[in-house]
Amino acid sequence: MAEPLIAVRGLSKSFGGLRATDRVDLDVEDGETRAIIGPNGAGKTTLIGQLAGDLRPDAGTTRFAGRDVTSLDAPARSRLGLARSFQITSIFPDFSALDNVALAVQAHSGHSFRFWRPARAERELREPALAVLGRVGLGARADVLAANLAHGEQRQLEIAMALATRPRLLLLDEPVAGMGLEETQRMVRLLSTLKRRVTIVLVEHDMDAVFTLADRISVMVYGRIIATGSPEEVRGNAEVRRAYLGEGTES
Amino acid sequence: MAISRRAIVLAAGAVLLALVPPVAGLLNQPFYVDLFRRMMIFAIAALSLDLILGYGGMVSFGHAAYLGIGAYAVGIFAFYGVDNGFLQWSVAIAASAAAALVIGVISIRTSGVYFIMITLAFTQMLYYLGISLETYGGDNGMPLKTRSQFAGLVDLRNPSAFYYVVLALLLLFLVLGRRLVAARFGMVIRSARSNEPRARAIGFSPFRYKLAAFVLAGGACGLAGALLANQTEYLTPDFMHWTRSGEIMFMVILGGMRTLFGPVLGAVVLLGLEDVLSALTEHWQIILGPFLVVVVLFAKRGLFGLVSRDG
Repeated sequence: MAEPLIAVRGLSKSFGGLRATDRVDLDVEDGETRAIIGPNGAGKTTLIGQLAGDLRPDAGTTRFAGRDVTSLDAPARSRLGLARSFQITSIFPDFSALDNVALAVQAHSGHSFRFWRPARAERELREPALAVLGRVGLGARADVLAANLAHGEQRQLEIAMALATRPRLLLLDEPVAGMGLEETQRMVRLLSTLKRRVTIVLVEHDMDAVFTLADRISVMVYGRIIATGSPEEVRGNAEVRRAYLGEGTES
Repeated sequence: MAISRRAIVLAAGAVLLALVPPVAGLLNQPFYVDLFRRMMIFAIAALSLDLILGYGGMVSFGHAAYLGIGAYAVGIFAFYGVDNGFLQWSVAIAASAAAALVIGVISIRTSGVYFIMITLAFTQMLYYLGISLETYGGDNGMPLKTRSQFAGLVDLRNPSAFYYVVLALLLLFLVLGRRLVAARFGMVIRSARSNEPRARAIGFSPFRYKLAAFVLAGGACGLAGALLANQTEYLTPDFMHWTRSGEIMFMVILGGMRTLFGPVLGAVVLLGLEDVLSALTEHWQIILGPFLVVVVLFAKRGLFGLVSRDG
């Protein structure tokens, strides 16, 4: 069997006395969409931060695309094809939507010690950026200042920035958080179009979104992954129901 | 196509600056050549600060350090009888850039108050170093023996010739600066100022770009220091005093950050007001202070934002 796209072994991170992640093992296959669910404070966002390279683990190793990336920081991992969105929307608010995406293209087209040519006039940055904006449904909003986009549009913009780096793995931290029903449906449709073409690790509380998108689900509680399986298996797992879904909940 | 108000303001500004020496000659007021040359020298220092402060989000409270290093480079060479301007000014730029490299490597990993304090602390060290250099006049400073010589190409002892050298350098830095901030390099430091975690997440490693901007700004300000030594024909540790750093920062904020043109306007207005008000009263700072407060409160984009607003 082929090596998983990302393979995590024994990943741990403590903040003071709190073990945010506790010897986490995680394998995600190439092309898979994996949801990570769990109650608040289970360590899901910490895990995403560790996978992205923002947080240095206290212990454990991470392999990505066949190489050990444990010691690589976030920019280096991004350049290897690991892209992320943040739990709290993170964009460049004082740049246009197009600029936001063009910056992501630029970050992946060699060094930026270029001092003379205006970046906004570079077709090799603008054209791919426009294409990605179109893919996420923001083609008509390219020239709008990112700060002036609606919340749902800003989340779409984050996906566009991630896609513009041509990632192999997309880490999404609650992509539909704070969204209305319609915005949520639009985002889930967008993510459905990405399935299989890119591997996705998705942290999400919206169970409809999770069960629609995920091939497999891992359940995290108190910093540990307590179960992994297909949506049906996880739904039927007694331990999961007790720990997270809540006994008696019909879902 | 309508010409933007901003373009008109800029063209008018350049023409007005170019006309200062002939007009001062007609009015028989050579002093104005001196005043406006001084303004433009500080304009170069202020626009170099705008690169890192406005575009890079690095609140350097020690920019006067490079002004001092540039001035001392010229002064010390002249002291030993080396008056070649090409050599003096090259060393002024290189030494300032090298100092910026050291200060930047240490300070750029920090941010906020820590960044401000580290840049301030380095500049205070250099200030006291200047005071301790008894050979070069200690805290009294020393006169510049001769202005920089350029092998007969241009004679800085001619006030107008010196004036146009400074004007040409100012325009050059404006053009280079505008290109740089719009190019890929500028986009990286601007994105890092806007949202550094996001810039890292899309694959930029901002540190090296911020450091490069810091070094470029230091070098440019070092050249302003070399010009300042020739302007005052005197050098003193006061060039590096922390109030001087504050003054340069004020020019940037008064004129308008993130424009490069704003700091030029800020330098002209601040030094102009100082000149006018100090002739009126010895307590001129009582008038200048509230004026600056009003501008900062009511013109968020600075004076240049006010005069260049389109529509």
